Amino acid sequence: MGAITEVCVPFFPRSVKLIEDRARGRWVLNAPERVVVPDDTALEILHLCDGERTVDAICDVLAKRYNAAPTTIRADVIELLQELADKGLVKLRPPL
Amino acid sequence: MTETVTLPEQAVHKQPLIESPLGLLAELTHRCPLRCPYCSNPLELVRAGRELDTETWQRVFDEASALGVLQIHLSGGEPTVRRDLEALVRHAAARGLYTNLITSGVLLDEARVAALDAAGLGHVQISIQDAEAGSADRIAGFAGHARKIEAARLVGAAGIALTVNAVVHRQNLERLDAMIALAEAMGAGRIEVAHVQYYGWALRNRAALIPTIAQLEAATATVEAARARLAGRLTIDYVVPDYYAELPKACMAGWGRRFLNVTPEGKVLPCHAAETIPDLVFDSVREHGLAEIWRDGAAFNAFRGTAWMPEPCRSCDRREVDWGGCRCQALALTGDAAATDPACGRSADHHALRAVAEAESHAPPPGFAYRGFPR
Repeated sequence: MGAITEVCVPFFPRSVKLIEDRARGRWVLNAPERVVVPDDTALEILHLCDGERTVDAICDVLAKRYNAAPTTIRADVIELLQELADKGLVKLRPPL
Repeated sequence: MTETVTLPEQAVHKQPLIESPLGLLAELTHRCPLRCPYCSNPLELVRAGRELDTETWQRVFDEASALGVLQIHLSGGEPTVRRDLEALVRHAAARGLYTNLITSGVLLDEARVAALDAAGLGHVQISIQDAEAGSADRIAGFAGHARKIEAARLVGAAGIALTVNAVVHRQNLERLDAMIALAEAMGAGRIEVAHVQYYGWALRNRAALIPTIAQLEAATATVEAARARLAGRLTIDYVVPDYYAELPKACMAGWGRRFLNVTPEGKVLPCHAAETIPDLVFDSVREHGLAEIWRDGAAFNAFRGTAWMPEPCRSCDRREVDWGGCRCQALALTGDAAATDPACGRSADHHALRAVAEAESHAPPPGFAYRGFPR
């Protein structure tokens, strides 16, 4: 997979589901033979991966929420998405 | 920024803190057209008339979800012989449970795949016995290889994620590279290359299946090369055989810690081979709730935590890494289910285990004792 850019749209492959783990009071990614527990920052990003928002759009939401510059947030967002993409937990497509 | 699950650990030697299970293996049936000589089902198979009905399985899934289970593995036998499979998948998916169908694939057709897809199936795992039909069909005791490849195509066409499961042993290891290539051609995102684990049917067929150490080392090298070549395209999970290991595996991630298994007739087991341990009593979902069995069941508490361990396990610094290894193997090879797992280099029986593996793997393989119901 090529490098992740600002215009990519992250989405979950059909085999991966972000669900609430009510018994343990947390959210998890349910994937084949794996359960992955995102930390709070990662979870916030994952909740914004709706298959429509671009990386830039996700950064904008977070920037407003935390009153921070989108450019500082962007590196963290891309790093997380790259880590998850390497594990097959998110996919990225060019914008529509 | 992510981590795999780590739940609070129990304090050493204190009353075990009982965690919630993450996964439930639902053995819906023992019926299967295949007769693989390493089948993980027990030697005494449960007949159709004793299988749980649809409503009971659905209640089990409800109770599992309430208990904290996140993933349901629908297995068998061959789970697609159950005509209510779609209803079971739909019920589990509606409760937010991740459903994984573990199948030979030989009974899947386009309509069935579409129905399972519509029911919300999350993932499919199809087994292969070898890379070429002649050998695969001989090992399976059933001419199903070509149908498996067609089933994988149907699963892929429906857009459902696929894992290929390849059980490897002395009679197919020389084609491991071709099996990995076949998994890729079948459209799998993941392949499990699993050396046979010797319980039940596989233990009975051990001499026909166990590889030499040279075969094992070649297989490991093949897997490592394929991992490098296929990174990002095909994930390869690799299960090595205990008989040549120096450290035991963390069987089931610890007894009664993360997983439970429900048999076709409703017995709840800490692992699929646990019924080989003769002194354990297994509660049934027909009589008890799943949470009660998980928490209070005698079988679950028999080897939970570390307090049951003998030396050298009890004071071993790996006691909460491998959780004492495999109880079924300890029983099968030493006669004592509480003994140190002979796969461990610190077991007094370790050298005997290795000697058996070397002797059997260098002798000509006997014919298979195929899995089946008693006549």
